[in-house]
Amino acid sequence: MLLKKLFLLVILCLLLGQVDARLDVCATCPYKAIKPAIAASQAGDTLFIHSGLYQEGNILIDKALTVIGIGYPVIDGKNETEVITVTANRVSLIGLHIKNVGTSYLEDRAGIRIKKAKHFLVKNNKLTDTFFGVYLEHAREGKVVGNVMKAQAKNEASSGNAVHAWYCRKLVVENNHVSGHRDGIYFEFVDSSIVRHNVSENQLRYGLHFMFSNNDSYEHNTFRNNGAGVAVMFSKKINMWENHFEHNWGGAAYGLLLKEINDADIVRNVFEENTIGIYVEGSNRIHYLNNVFRHNGWAIKIAGGCMDNDVSGNNFISNTFDLAQTGKGTYNRFDGNYWSEYTGYDLDRDGVGDVPFRPVKLFSYVVDQTPETMVLLRSTFVDIINFSEKISPILTPAQVQDHAPRMREIDIPFTH
Amino acid sequence: MNKIFKYSFFDLIRSRWTLVYLAFYLLLTFALLTLTPDTSKVVISLMNIILLLVPLIASMFSVIYSYNSREFVELLLAQPIPRRQIFLGQYLGVASSLALSYLLGIGIPFLVFGILGSAQLGHFLTLLLVGLLLSFIFSALAFLIALKHDNKLKGFGLTILVWLFFAVIYDGLFLVAMMWFRDYPLDNFALGASLLNPIDLSRMLILLKLDIAALLGYTGAVFQQFFGSSMGILLSVGCLLLWIGVPVWRIYRISGRRDF
Repeated sequence: MLLKKLFLLVILCLLLGQVDARLDVCATCPYKAIKPAIAASQAGDTLFIHSGLYQEGNILIDKALTVIGIGYPVIDGKNETEVITVTANRVSLIGLHIKNVGTSYLEDRAGIRIKKAKHFLVKNNKLTDTFFGVYLEHAREGKVVGNVMKAQAKNEASSGNAVHAWYCRKLVVENNHVSGHRDGIYFEFVDSSIVRHNVSENQLRYGLHFMFSNNDSYEHNTFRNNGAGVAVMFSKKINMWENHFEHNWGGAAYGLLLKEINDADIVRNVFEENTIGIYVEGSNRIHYLNNVFRHNGWAIKIAGGCMDNDVSGNNFISNTFDLAQTGKGTYNRFDGNYWSEYTGYDLDRDGVGDVPFRPVKLFSYVVDQTPETMVLLRSTFVDIINFSEKISPILTPAQVQDHAPRMREIDIPFTH
Repeated sequence: MNKIFKYSFFDLIRSRWTLVYLAFYLLLTFALLTLTPDTSKVVISLMNIILLLVPLIASMFSVIYSYNSREFVELLLAQPIPRRQIFLGQYLGVASSLALSYLLGIGIPFLVFGILGSAQLGHFLTLLLVGLLLSFIFSALAFLIALKHDNKLKGFGLTILVWLFFAVIYDGLFLVAMMWFRDYPLDNFALGASLLNPIDLSRMLILLKLDIAALLGYTGAVFQQFFGSSMGILLSVGCLLLWIGVPVWRIYRISGRRDF
């Protein structure tokens, strides 16, 4: 009996020893600064940083700590150094306000850098004028959630990315609001990761940028007013669901750029007021299903070398050009879409037009051959030739046809 | 000249056709503004209509007026009035009344919908200016044709041909030329060719002000640079004024020595 009690006591002591300590940091707390608090802490401890201004240069976190800011304490890099560098597993950074990292042409400084670590959590932080916002290198199985990152990038050479991931796996980037960087979210060699419910706007270059990253998915994001919405390059098996690509407008802008992409699904996205909705180059076996293209310059522009793409069940509404493609032949399918320009009839009233629709206009074909002719856009002559080509097609690629154009806008089952 | 101008101007603004013309623009603009809240879209729709209709109506109206008032002109010529002033006064009277109808027809609806405070004011003013200049240009061309040709049929035919040429045929030739010489740099050619046609020039002046200019790509950027510079603005307005000046000068010359 006594033995049993003793045994329980030992267990209890062991457990108590395990209970994580709490360290408070503020002007009147035991710890006045963050660095000493980290030095005094042990793995598993929680640091509470109360509101105030902390200027301590580069702060290294090399043990599994939970750092929680109360009332958004300002951690200022004074435009001189990187602010927080994490090299341990199981580190959480919550509710901090990190400021002023400053441009460097020699090193990629970041507001928060996670280096060779797993199971991290970067949550509800504010990052203002950090050169790179959250920089993940060789990081795995972590989350970047609910952060607000703002910067005023002037040009591409002197600016960084808001979320930058390099050689990572199984990341979740969720509910962040990023603006004014070079790229909003940048993935290079990042596999099996999810990007969702983020808003990325006013970036100099891309809202979201994939390079050499496979098996990822991004969904329910909004990309607005970026140099270009999303660029997906040299990647395989990317799912793109229910994103909004809005007003990525400018001479060389587009909503979504696909370059050397294979086996992707582009489903239920909305492309609105982009110079080019989707620009596709050398991409194969992609399903474009149930997307909405509204008021774009070009809805889809397909350059050479694209095969076995399937464009179906999409709504094309009031685009200057619905489709442009180089070359005469096509190995892609465009059946079963709604085109607001379609003027055919439906005698048997099954909702499917009885005459095929040709989405490539004559003028779009001419512009493709001689880009300078674009200056005749919206002239009467161009309207006339487009009309006559529509009546009796001669020049536009004969194979590019929607054999089952829908008579009415397709009802798209958005999930939110 | 002042008297003649006043006479034809007031004669015309009381005429039924001027009122119909005015009513057409009022209805059209009101309808467009009510249907689409986006003013820049309204400007684009109006642009397409204006670039086609303003030249057509200005030239047809002027040529008809010119032929119909031939007897009146002959009567005036018998009076002690400098003959050049008769024709110039008539031209100004017709062109101004057309311009006034256009100005009121487009202007009133936009004012009612509160264009003055909005960011689209610049687009609207460009549209207004372009329409006014086109009225004067095509009216002058039509007067010149009517003055040169006594044969009404020939006069009408030529006027329609001139309109058709600038509105449609010119762009066709332009397009073919560009496709033909596509291996050469075409930006300056395109710039020059659009400067020469008042309708194309008007279209570019409006398009470049709107968002849609981004679609024009590289050539558009060249255009934007040109029309953005003070030199480009001077040159394009100069070109449009030249299209008024040269025909008016011809009217002035011919009316001085022509025998009736």
